[in-house]
Amino acid sequence: MSTVEQVGGSVATYVDKRVGSNRFLARNLKKVFPDHWSFMLGEIALYSFIVVLLTGVFLTLFYKPSMVEVVYNGSYVPLKGVMMSEAYASTLDISFDVRGGLLIRQMHHWAALLFIAAMSVHMMRVFFTGAFRKPREFNWIIGVTLIALGLAAGFSGYSLPDDLLSGTGLQIARGIVQAIPIVGTWGAFLLFDGEFPGTEFISRLYGIHILLVPGLILALVTVHLMLVWVQKHTQFPGPGRTNNNVVGYPLMPIYMAKAGGFFFVVFGVITLIGGLVTINPIWIFGPYTPDQVSAGSQPDWYIGWLDGMLRIMPNWETVLFGYTISWNIFIPAVVIPGIVFTAAALYPFLEAWATGDKRDHNLLDRPRNAPVRTGIGVMAMTFYFLLFIGGGNDIIAITFDLSINSITWFLRIAIFVVPPLAFLITKRICLGLQRKDREKLLHGNESGRILRLPHGEFIEVHEPLTTKERAVIESAVEAYHPPLPAAEKTDANGVRNKKYRRQNLRSKLSHWFYGDAIVPPTYDEIEAGQAHVAHDAALEAPLHEHDVDSTVMVPFHGGILHTEGEPATNMEQLEDRGGHL
Amino acid sequence: MSDITTRDNAETPDHGHGAASSADAADLARPLYTGPGGLPAADVPHRPRASDVDPRAARRVERQVSAMFLLAVIMVILFVAAYVGIDPYTLVYIPVLGEVGAQNVALGFTFGLGVFAIGAGAIQWAKKLMPDVEVVQERHSMQSDGEETDAAVDQFERGKEESGFGQYRLIRRTLIAALALFPIPIVVLLRDLWSPKNGGFGPSPATLLSETAWTEGMPIVTDGTYVKIRPEDIPVGGLVSALPEDINEIQEEEHNLNERGKSAILLVRMEPDEIRSQQGEGWDFQGIVAYSKICTHVGCPIALYEHRTHHLLCPCHQSTFDLADSGNVIFGPAARRMPQLPIGVDEEGFLVAKSPFQEPVGPSFWERG
Repeated sequence: MSTVEQVGGSVATYVDKRVGSNRFLARNLKKVFPDHWSFMLGEIALYSFIVVLLTGVFLTLFYKPSMVEVVYNGSYVPLKGVMMSEAYASTLDISFDVRGGLLIRQMHHWAALLFIAAMSVHMMRVFFTGAFRKPREFNWIIGVTLIALGLAAGFSGYSLPDDLLSGTGLQIARGIVQAIPIVGTWGAFLLFDGEFPGTEFISRLYGIHILLVPGLILALVTVHLMLVWVQKHTQFPGPGRTNNNVVGYPLMPIYMAKAGGFFFVVFGVITLIGGLVTINPIWIFGPYTPDQVSAGSQPDWYIGWLDGMLRIMPNWETVLFGYTISWNIFIPAVVIPGIVFTAAALYPFLEAWATGDKRDHNLLDRPRNAPVRTGIGVMAMTFYFLLFIGGGNDIIAITFDLSINSITWFLRIAIFVVPPLAFLITKRICLGLQRKDREKLLHGNESGRILRLPHGEFIEVHEPLTTKERAVIESAVEAYHPPLPAAEKTDANGVRNKKYRRQNLRSKLSHWFYGDAIVPPTYDEIEAGQAHVAHDAALEAPLHEHDVDSTVMVPFHGGILHTEGEPATNMEQLEDRGGHL
Repeated sequence: MSDITTRDNAETPDHGHGAASSADAADLARPLYTGPGGLPAADVPHRPRASDVDPRAARRVERQVSAMFLLAVIMVILFVAAYVGIDPYTLVYIPVLGEVGAQNVALGFTFGLGVFAIGAGAIQWAKKLMPDVEVVQERHSMQSDGEETDAAVDQFERGKEESGFGQYRLIRRTLIAALALFPIPIVVLLRDLWSPKNGGFGPSPATLLSETAWTEGMPIVTDGTYVKIRPEDIPVGGLVSALPEDINEIQEEEHNLNERGKSAILLVRMEPDEIRSQQGEGWDFQGIVAYSKICTHVGCPIALYEHRTHHLLCPCHQSTFDLADSGNVIFGPAARRMPQLPIGVDEEGFLVAKSPFQEPVGPSFWERG
């Protein structure tokens, strides 16, 4: 045993005597995680968050959260002698006078954008594959909360440099708070210590940005990961993968190397982008003053959809008993985002109630096998995308030489028309794919080869599905549900059903969910179908006898090429390694 | 190793039960047991990699991985060299990137590439040299079994019994009252987030939002240079961003930019017969009209003016106002017209406000009415 191993061993023993760590290690070092590229999306979010934390700590060492007006005397010549807040002056210092400061600032910004982007795409993956279903509903809610917190973290950070662009963002935020009925005016005065911009807001925002929001994110991310750990990761259908097992690679050494390495990859890519690609060049915008603005004011991309909603909302305002209700601001900036996030958080429960599905789901759905859910997801994406376009309507108008008024009117109508259309189209595509799958399960793959049988009949040769293909497509059998039966107004004895309305609604929702779904064949039918296909294919076999060179490569069952004499399956390779990984 | 299934104890999916198409309520409660796939995970076909069967290939991978780790070492050295050796104020031209700070690019490139190489090396190592054989672990239901649940209920009941929570009604009710009121101080404490400096009983938010620095006879000065303006300084079609004359004194007194955010105005000159309507009779001066610069939507300053149409466009949310027609909204999300400031000239011929704004400027608020 080498010295290093001896020292390591005694440290492990020392720790174990105090916290019992070896018990944990013995149970978990070989913990299996399934593999799929889409499982890396959450990892990207986690790693970019770590980069945000690290770079953020560096920035706090130099940034001054103060709105005291000072004369700039740093090395950026165009702003020399200009009055500005200490916050803006210190951000300029970070950008120009601290070596590596600009790199870290830009890394912080890029990593934050990546964090929110990765969370969003991760959320889509979880939604479309039904990974939010029982037993993972809590983790879904935590995820939705994390996205909301991510937006808060991004917006609060965007506002700290106190440049002209970020100040304009705050001015809009003030206007939104002020538009909340009854409490809005006071709310805005409490936030800003009086009128806008005041002198307190930057330091207040600073506390929120560096302590409150990241603290909450860190706490929730921890719970999020612990739940993934305890509940074990979901997996996609495939050969040998059931609802009751996890098929994948062990934590030690595979995922330690892969996931640990991937952290460095994400870190490295963010660093390269931070060094090479300018983001948020605050020195161009100049210091904030509430009576100036630059044309083409754009928030960071993740606020774009909210801004887009503000832009396309008609200008409704009501004065009632001497009080003003600003529907034109309150609805798009407060009500609809509230509805969107609440609906997202509650979706797992709505779906479970509507479908009556109470089972644990560890095997992921293929999106096509849940046509309504997939349709809802695409509908939400379309809704988001249209609003995002709205957030850039001025840029689009200038770039494509269009009228901003027509873009706005187009969006005002499209926001009601296009998402439902997207729902219908998506659902139809899913149903089409389901039909195709049913075909394949019963009749195999079309080969395009026509065979003339000895008695003169022509048939098209169908080929049996490969093991992998069949396992994946066959998952439709378990994913399918008939809709819940219709509710009865009275029971068999003529007693009125008190729960009728509730049950009726539920049954209707269930029909909406499952009513159109294509009924997959039973396992018996699949077995019979595949056997038939194999029989047909066998008719063709004699024709090929002469061109098979069995000494080199033979087609392996499952369509995977295999060199003879070598371990062919998971288990054989495992045995080949003496049962150890 | 006990967790890894062998061929003998691997679960064989149950084929051909055909239950899916006849599912009823009981079936929905049935745990999903069978998996698709038709064979235990252990029998899944698997193709060995070149590095598994060819020692030369394995050695090649070893060299690749070490090269990447070595690259990381070199990059760290180069990073320190760049930190110390490159002048922070030197700009270089790099195609695509343009004119950039040499040190910043060098630091980002060396650090980024070094860190990336560590990750790439580790992943290559895992993918090519570590086993790529999938293994199987069983899942267990999250739910506690009946005995555990009974024990939990039992202990909870005993604790409840021992505490007497159900027994002492008075304690229970007073405790609930105390806990319900407990957050009130926390909320009350937030009141001084806005602390009017004059003893805490200043004008209400609504009053403050309704007032600006404009008073009768207040001279109008340009923004930035703070000089008084004569009508002839503004050509027809011209636009001037302006402020009240005492804006700088107010700012120094209050140590903030609040007044600037309310009092900023735009002066626009058009031919007098182009003015179709105004908010008050004779509020213009020889075709010069003054409007608040703060958008009535959510408060962005507005400066995009098209002199041919007299339209004013907010850059934030594209609300459009017609300055030749009382500043009315002609498009976009803003609900209110831009407030107009009545202007005239003083005895020396400089533009002044004839009166304060007649309505609150800026975005709407509850008490505005």
